[in-house]
Amino acid sequence: MNTEFLGIVVSFLITLLIGIPLGKYLAKMFAGERVWTDFLKPLENGIYKLSGINPKEPMNWKQFLKAMMTINILWLVYGFFMLIFQDKLPLNPDGNPGQTPDLAFNTIISFVVNCNLQHYSGESGATYLTQHFIFMFLHFTSAATGIAAAVALFNAFRDKTTENLGNFWDYFVKSITRLLLPLAIVVALILAFNGTPSSYAGKDQFISMQGDTVNVSRGPAAAMIAIKHLGTNGGGWFGVNSAHPLENPNYLTNMVEIISQMIIPIAMIIAFGYYIRRKKLGWVIFSMMTLGMLMLMIPTISSELGGNPAIAKMGISQATGAMEGKEVRFGPMATGYWSTLTTIVSTGSVNSMHDSTMPLTGCWQLLGMMINGFFGGCGVGILNYFIYLIIAVFISGLMVGRTPEFLGHKVEAREVKIAALITLLSPFLIMAGTALASYVYMAHGNADWSVKPSAWLNNPGFHGFSEMLYEMTSANANNGSGFEGLGDNNIFWNVSTGFVLILGRFLPIFGPVAIAGLLGRKKYVPESAGTLRTDTFTFGIMTFAVILVLNALSYFPALALGPLAEYFSMLK
Amino acid sequence: MKTYLLQALRLTIVLIVLLCVIYPLIIMFGGKLSNGHGDGETVKVNGKVVGYVAIGQKFDSPRYFWSRPSAAGYNAAGSAGSNKGSSNPDYLKDVNSRIDTLMKYQPYLKRSDIPADLVTASGSGLDPDISPEAARIQIRRVAANRKLDEKQVESLVENHIQQPLLGLLGPKTVNVLKLNIALDELKK
Repeated sequence: MNTEFLGIVVSFLITLLIGIPLGKYLAKMFAGERVWTDFLKPLENGIYKLSGINPKEPMNWKQFLKAMMTINILWLVYGFFMLIFQDKLPLNPDGNPGQTPDLAFNTIISFVVNCNLQHYSGESGATYLTQHFIFMFLHFTSAATGIAAAVALFNAFRDKTTENLGNFWDYFVKSITRLLLPLAIVVALILAFNGTPSSYAGKDQFISMQGDTVNVSRGPAAAMIAIKHLGTNGGGWFGVNSAHPLENPNYLTNMVEIISQMIIPIAMIIAFGYYIRRKKLGWVIFSMMTLGMLMLMIPTISSELGGNPAIAKMGISQATGAMEGKEVRFGPMATGYWSTLTTIVSTGSVNSMHDSTMPLTGCWQLLGMMINGFFGGCGVGILNYFIYLIIAVFISGLMVGRTPEFLGHKVEAREVKIAALITLLSPFLIMAGTALASYVYMAHGNADWSVKPSAWLNNPGFHGFSEMLYEMTSANANNGSGFEGLGDNNIFWNVSTGFVLILGRFLPIFGPVAIAGLLGRKKYVPESAGTLRTDTFTFGIMTFAVILVLNALSYFPALALGPLAEYFSMLK
Repeated sequence: MKTYLLQALRLTIVLIVLLCVIYPLIIMFGGKLSNGHGDGETVKVNGKVVGYVAIGQKFDSPRYFWSRPSAAGYNAAGSAGSNKGSSNPDYLKDVNSRIDTLMKYQPYLKRSDIPADLVTASGSGLDPDISPEAARIQIRRVAANRKLDEKQVESLVENHIQQPLLGLLGPKTVNVLKLNIALDELKK
């Protein structure tokens, strides 16, 4: 118990020790100042030359988004066809079949948007070729896309007035060469030396001690698992993700993986403050996010340590907490810690089955994804939080009767409208999606799909509703974890979450980048005694309150129908 | 738009070479130096592979220490958790019958002696470990079935408790496969 607690404390401290200096480094690196990784310049110049890119070409916000979308759409097309024809392509030692069109549609969108819902299982639904050339490729590039978009937003506030948000290709390539790839090599080697397979050997077979014949899926997983965490992607090599003993062999690898998924989201917040030369703003945001994280994490861990009340009634000692869906080598404390971080950071990798966690834990997991702005995914976390900032600026402006301003730029109707639409988008997608799913489940239970709607829930009652709510929430948040009992590989879930995924990814990138572009080119208003300062802790608390109110209003009814109802029904 | 498309296409190809060929090959060659040479570390008894260190396998014979319940039936080519919700009545029935089985084979137990990990399925279905408590409560049954001295089995179990990382971080565990191999060697 005490060593378990020490385990998560040390994990978080190491995360800060790496994340904070990394943020300062990123600020300098993206600003083009001298950093120690400048020896990689020849590699980048080579990439630019081969691709015909001029990294110094300035882009306004529209050009920036156009370049970003062009390459993202290209990946969608490329990946879709590769997945359908994966059975006919090389590097398929286990002879796995091609994906159906609806599954391929869902899978490729899910990976392009940094979500990784995975309606297939890695052992049987993908080949070594698609795992590396699609999934791992997109692990890098979707993370780099998010980071590049965040840097565009930074640029709008670095100089007093600017049209130039920087060059998309430049930030995108540097995110890979100066950040993701070097870190991935280190993490992958640590995993490989702790027992995660890294060779291209296919399935193995052995006879167990009791005489059973056992097949073992393997493959070059270490390389992919490293970047799935660093890039906050979460899509694992094996079906059960990082609960799998080859994907996450021991407590050390568990620490490495959980640290990996936090460092870049933390670094991006610190980098924001340093990049726009308002360090304090960075620290205020960091503090509010940490506060939010703790408010979700502490009740999560406490409900997991408390064990399952229904099992307690059977007279079983749950000294180590609830164990269904958990692995002994991690223990409930590190598992609860992981489940909070993976839902706020939008990684969505799991080291336990979230479907089997306690009802209240499920509630905090859902809420973490609904807010989606406490650290958040690579790059996009700060974009989501930026929307909350704009709303907070607007509301504070109304409250004190001043024209709302953010960092010396007047926030006017157009920006507030965009922010409001983005804020409303998430509840709309989640609620409408879940409502539609519930309707299909009730009214068309016998539809002739690969999983019949009446059979797609793994659990009855309130928990079954939570399974559907979780899937839609995870898709909208681009998280990728699931209540995996849900039978989601059928045309309804593949198509519906496909649309939720793509809207939930790109609109929340367009919105903030557009607002930043619009604000950046406005005349700079010097701060005066009448300015509402945004880099104070008072304003930080104000933003936090806005986040709580918005999300409580949006999601309380849905949470009440699912996890909260289940919790109260178990109290009897 | 057209220039962007061309640039995007060329950049994608360059990055595929860097990220999908060069990078995993670096890791593959690095992994060759690890214990399992990158193929996963196996355990051998008399020169024959009997399993993977990291991957749990089914033990339900009274002569062995049992591993945890598994929703995947310890099929290492199809990992799976039960994904049962904590209030699911069918699930609670399963747990109850697991308790009954444990009580049947270990009639000396009180229900409150049974640790949760022995009656719940793991996340992967391949959990290689049980908690030290889960091993301890099986000592008497195993010793009786093998006609061994309980003290001897007990010290074997204590020797197989893996300490937390650096002695400080994380839970204590017992690798069931290693324990059972040692158990088989004990009688010789």
